[in-house]
Formats: sequence, C-alpha cells, structure tokens
Amino acid sequence: MIIDILSWILLMAGGILGIIGGIGIYRFPDFYSRLHAAGITDTLCALLILLGLGLQAGWGIASFKLALIFIFLLFTCPTASHALANAALHSGLKPKLGKDAARLNHD
Amino acid sequence: MFIAISLAILITMGLALTRALAGPTTYDRIAAVNMFGTKTVLLIAVLALLSGRADLLDIALVYALINFIGVIAALKLVTQGDFHTTDKDTISADKGELE
Repeated sequence: MIIDILSWILLMAGGILGIIGGIGIYRFPDFYSRLHAAGITDTLCALLILLGLGLQAGWGIASFKLALIFIFLLFTCPTASHALANAALHSGLKPKLGKDAARLNHD
Repeated sequence: MFIAISLAILITMGLALTRALAGPTTYDRIAAVNMFGTKTVLLIAVLALLSGRADLLDIALVYALINFIGVIAALKLVTQGDFHTTDKDTISADKGELE
C-alpha cells in the first residue's frame, strides 16, 4: 500500500515537473533559457517518473531496464543540451542579456 | 495512476511541439524535438507498465539512444551545411579548407 502511495507521489511530481518544463520551454524569451527549461525536464522529470514506475514494477528485469533507461538519459540529455548550446553559440546566436548586463558591456 | 501520468506527459509533448512549430531559430526546434523525444521515451515506459508487457521497455531504451544520435546529426547538418558524405568534401574538410 505504501509503495502505491509513494509511486503515486513520485509519478505526480514527475508529471508536474514535466508540465512546468513544457511551460518553461514555451514561454521563455530566449533560446538559452528555453534550453535550460528543456534540460531540467529531461533529467529530473525522467528520474521521478522512472523511479515511480520502478516502484510499481518491483524488483526484476523491468526495473533494471528502467534504471538502464535512466542512466542512458542521464548521460545523453546533458550532452545533447551542451552540443546544442555550443552549436548555437558558434553560429552567432547571441544570448538575450538583461538591461543592466547590456549596460555593463558598454562601460 | 498511469493514465494521469501519461496525460501529463502528453501535455508536455504538446507544449514542446508548439515550441517546435513557433520556434524562431532552428536550434529552438532541435531543442523542442529533443525534449519531445525524451518524453516519448517516458511515455513508452509508462505504457509498457500500463499494459503489463515489460518487453516494451527495450523500445524505450533504443528510442532514448536514437533520439540522442538524431539530435547530434541534426546539429551537424545545421552547423556544417551537409554531412560531408562525398569524398571530395570529406578530404577538404579534413584539411580544414571548408572553414
């Protein structure tokens, strides 16, 4: 019974975080902040959801595969975000700095 | 419970798709598609456990890897214009003449 409640909490937290990340990638003004929002949801939301599913699946091959999925996601998503930001910066996409930061550059 | 979480994931995928369509720069689109792919992995995992067939998790595993390779290939295509598949370009690219 406790496992069901725990996995329910984990799954809902993962879902809510996913939606927050989705809203973030939709509303943020600049590419790099959107990348930040997308990066958050990739790892933590995946961890919460896969952990919740792992509790449901119990000890066995299924939760081992879920752990493997999470490990691959843990390694690939930050690398993809880094490659994305690197490629965008090299191609000349300037981050949108705040008003004071822009003023600081001119002084 | 699984239905609620798959609905949440579908909403996130919808938001990512709107960003992919509206994204001004191509890099926005690649980031949105990357996020969409990661959410597909999670959706497959949830549906695998919903339907009780744990062998679907292999598909989620492979999809996570292919998604990463796809993003890197898209980035290479966007930044360098082509995949340097023809021998002529590959040789000149190695010498750095293309820069």
